[in-house]
Amino acid sequence: MSGLLDGAASEIARAVNARESSAAELVDAALARVGERDAAIGAYLTVADDLARDRAKRVDARIAAGESLPLAGVPLAVKDNMCLEGTRTTCASKILENWIAPYTGTALRRLLDAGAIPIGKTNLDEFAMGSSCENSALGVTRNPWDLGRVPGGSSGGSVAAVASGTAPIALGSDTGGSIREPAAFCGVVGFKPTYGRVSRYGLIAFASSLDQIGPIGRSVGDCALVYAAMAGVDPCDATTVDRQVEPVAARPREDLKGTRVGIVREFALGALDDGVRSVYETAYRDLEKLGAELVEVELPTADYGVATYYLIAPAECSSNLARFDGMRYGLRVEGPDVGATYELTRAAGFGDEVKRRILIGTYALSSGYYDAYYVRAQKARTLIAGDFARAFERCDVIACPAASSPAFEFNAKSDPVSMYLMDYYTIPMSLAGLPSLSVPCGYLTPNGSANPLPLGLELTAPLFADAALLGVAGAYERATKHSARHAPAAAP
Amino acid sequence: MTSATVSPAAALAVNGVPYEAVIGIECHVELKTETKMFCGCRNAFGSEPNVNVCPVCLGMPGALPVPNRLAIEAIVKAGLAFGAAIPAFSKFDRKNYFYPDMPKNYQISQFDMPFTLGGAVSFWLDDGSPRTVRLTRIHLEEDTGKSLHASAGGRLGGSTHSLVDFNRAGVPLMECVSEPEIRSAAEAVGYLEALKRTFVALGVSDVKMEEGSLRCDANVSVRPAGSQTLGTKTEIKNMNSFRSVFHAIDHEIARQIEVLASGGRITQETRGWDEAKGTTIVQRSKEEAHDYRYFPDPDLVPIEFAPSHVARLHAGLMSLPQARLGLLLDRDQLSVKQAQQIIDTPALFEYYEAALAVGAPPQGAVNFLLGELARLANETSTPTASSKFSPQALVEVVQLTAGNTINSKTAKDVIGRVWSEGGSPAEIVAREGLAQVSDPAAVDAFVREVMEAQAKSIADFKAGKDNVMKFLVGQVMKASRGKADPVLAEERLRALIG
Repeated sequence: MSGLLDGAASEIARAVNARESSAAELVDAALARVGERDAAIGAYLTVADDLARDRAKRVDARIAAGESLPLAGVPLAVKDNMCLEGTRTTCASKILENWIAPYTGTALRRLLDAGAIPIGKTNLDEFAMGSSCENSALGVTRNPWDLGRVPGGSSGGSVAAVASGTAPIALGSDTGGSIREPAAFCGVVGFKPTYGRVSRYGLIAFASSLDQIGPIGRSVGDCALVYAAMAGVDPCDATTVDRQVEPVAARPREDLKGTRVGIVREFALGALDDGVRSVYETAYRDLEKLGAELVEVELPTADYGVATYYLIAPAECSSNLARFDGMRYGLRVEGPDVGATYELTRAAGFGDEVKRRILIGTYALSSGYYDAYYVRAQKARTLIAGDFARAFERCDVIACPAASSPAFEFNAKSDPVSMYLMDYYTIPMSLAGLPSLSVPCGYLTPNGSANPLPLGLELTAPLFADAALLGVAGAYERATKHSARHAPAAAP
Repeated sequence: MTSATVSPAAALAVNGVPYEAVIGIECHVELKTETKMFCGCRNAFGSEPNVNVCPVCLGMPGALPVPNRLAIEAIVKAGLAFGAAIPAFSKFDRKNYFYPDMPKNYQISQFDMPFTLGGAVSFWLDDGSPRTVRLTRIHLEEDTGKSLHASAGGRLGGSTHSLVDFNRAGVPLMECVSEPEIRSAAEAVGYLEALKRTFVALGVSDVKMEEGSLRCDANVSVRPAGSQTLGTKTEIKNMNSFRSVFHAIDHEIARQIEVLASGGRITQETRGWDEAKGTTIVQRSKEEAHDYRYFPDPDLVPIEFAPSHVARLHAGLMSLPQARLGLLLDRDQLSVKQAQQIIDTPALFEYYEAALAVGAPPQGAVNFLLGELARLANETSTPTASSKFSPQALVEVVQLTAGNTINSKTAKDVIGRVWSEGGSPAEIVAREGLAQVSDPAAVDAFVREVMEAQAKSIADFKAGKDNVMKFLVGQVMKASRGKADPVLAEERLRALIG
């Protein structure tokens, strides 16, 4: 049975729908794997054994009643910033360490309705703020390719769960690269859909205008399957877009003939280490070999992406995280009066990076600084989106590195700004709300390392061209087969 | 209403220096919607604590607001009723501050792009003089929960803990901001009454100060009359009725003039009205002012209004109290008090209009509507419009009395019968011969009868006891079984007694 877990999600669903297997068997197999493998990896903060078995029974009953479900019995790992009724939902923060979600978010509910089985909640940088998963207050997650390295972040637990084979699919959230960068670090596919395509209802907000839930899987096809099951307008999220979700092509593209791939002049590969550069040069050549036409495009304001992002995202987070005050739920450290209780609770409940961003954001929104920082950042955001719009007049997708290096070692980025720069290639797309994904594009073995480390190619498409983007990535993946390689921790 | 009271601040001159008050009013009005502003919870007053709540209005992690379309339409209607402009684009902003009764520690409100801009509120003071106060804006926001402090007096000081009821959290709230154009406590009350009348007529709010669905603060300053610069203002809070609005503002104006006249300075501060002591008390000074860090709420998209949508809402507006009041004052020449009493009950206004349409003279109709008919309505707990007394009946009664066909006593009897049984007053009078006896010869017959029977009283009268006349007229009325014209009866009595 565990063999099925290494196959495509669509194959798992087919087998369960055909009653060749059952959700119950798959959940048992997945939970057994978690037991075997996750002690070394630390992908999960909570393993939802009872809930998973209960849901598996329900899915099997629906199949027995004649239903056919697109994700029948597919085990799913869920980033622990998404609400799942009755389970602990922590955001990897002490302030929510023991909070039980009273409801299930929309995206997750749609996947459950489609037959997916949530087997556990995965680790993340506290409140999704970070690029290595090291900012988790509740646990360490290791990269399945090299246990001495970080899995990336903030969706580190979800990518590690997929890369270590404990869950075929996972949900992550991406604010400035939190799906794409860790997917690149762990050799899996991570997709951030167009902003407004997937409901945020039930996703604990970091930066509302940027946060987007997306799928993580071993293949583009698995991600497309999950995306199709959860995308679309939601009456509970006013920022979802009421517009037909383009169907993802049933059959993947064989080649990239007629597709213009934009290579960004400002993202010249010369700035990268030799080994990394050569992987990306090969990747671009592979796109060309598939029939794509490579065209140079310009994103002159992309360089301002990180600075812009680190005003807008902290500004929103300073307000979004105000509700964690010890009054109604979560951690409460009692003080002599209500003001002191707020201060003690938040001092004890939030980690350093979260506090840093709340401070930056509070400052950026303050009277006297608002125009100079927040308003200016919003104007820069508009310019960046405009650059992309102009670039997409000349190309259909943009290709670039997902990150400037493979996964780094623990504690390698102690300076916050060097950590912020890990998202240099992913932030501009987030600011523009574009659909963007990372697909494995090669491996390199750094000096002194025993294991090869994956790298990810970031592909980005115009707004609402999610399906077309998945089509391009699928053709690349089928031709190069980089996604087929397993991390050592997932060796069968 | 209290506005008739002579106020101490009415005399605004001290030591020969005349002062003028400058007042702006901010009021919060809870909208009467089925559901809350950003979630599907019931918007109801008086439920058990914390029953009308959900993840959204409790600010649970991950929950998102979705705007209530009907609340937005209600505020647009309110703005249109006062001639406000409805901008094509509007948006919601977050107002950030920490308070335990505010679940998210920010309030969704509107900062620089409210749903309505400008407009004006017209009203009349009790002496009939017209006033107009311009509106700055009306914006939409969510209400907070309610804190209950566990101390003897229900106050925060001395309480061991506090409880919060979130039923009110997320209820749609309109904030109406006036320009600082109000000049007296009476004007402030007139302005608020005009707002209330309009919101009730539109059906957008109950506007009950005692239930908290209308809450208001006043910014008050004074300056030498004719000065163009504004004096330092204070903000007056904790006014729980129109009466307390009047007294608080009146008191604050007098207090400020006294401070200035004695060479002192006004401190910019928030003062609370203490109803029991009849004075305003410092609550907090300017130094504690908040930086609310307003920014556009990223969970909500900007809202666009198509001109056709606004036009549709405009077309749906009924004739509003402001327009009705003007009509009764200008067309019908009623007094402000009479006109307000008529329009304060929409059904009564409609009844009045119906009576005029079938020929009732305005003043005559109003005399009965606010007199005998109001008394019967009160006595039987039945509005006049729901009684059997039709507008046509009112016209007949007005005509019967105006033409002296029946006297007021007969009128009262007939009205009472028609009120409960229906029918035509004119027919009843004709059928039962209730018409007043106005023929001097016929009245003389009754007078002689009385003169014979009341020899002692006649003697008294002749001896100079003029007040006996009242008794004698009463005896004539009795003899005529109420039908004699009392004026004529007295005239004939005096003539025949000699």
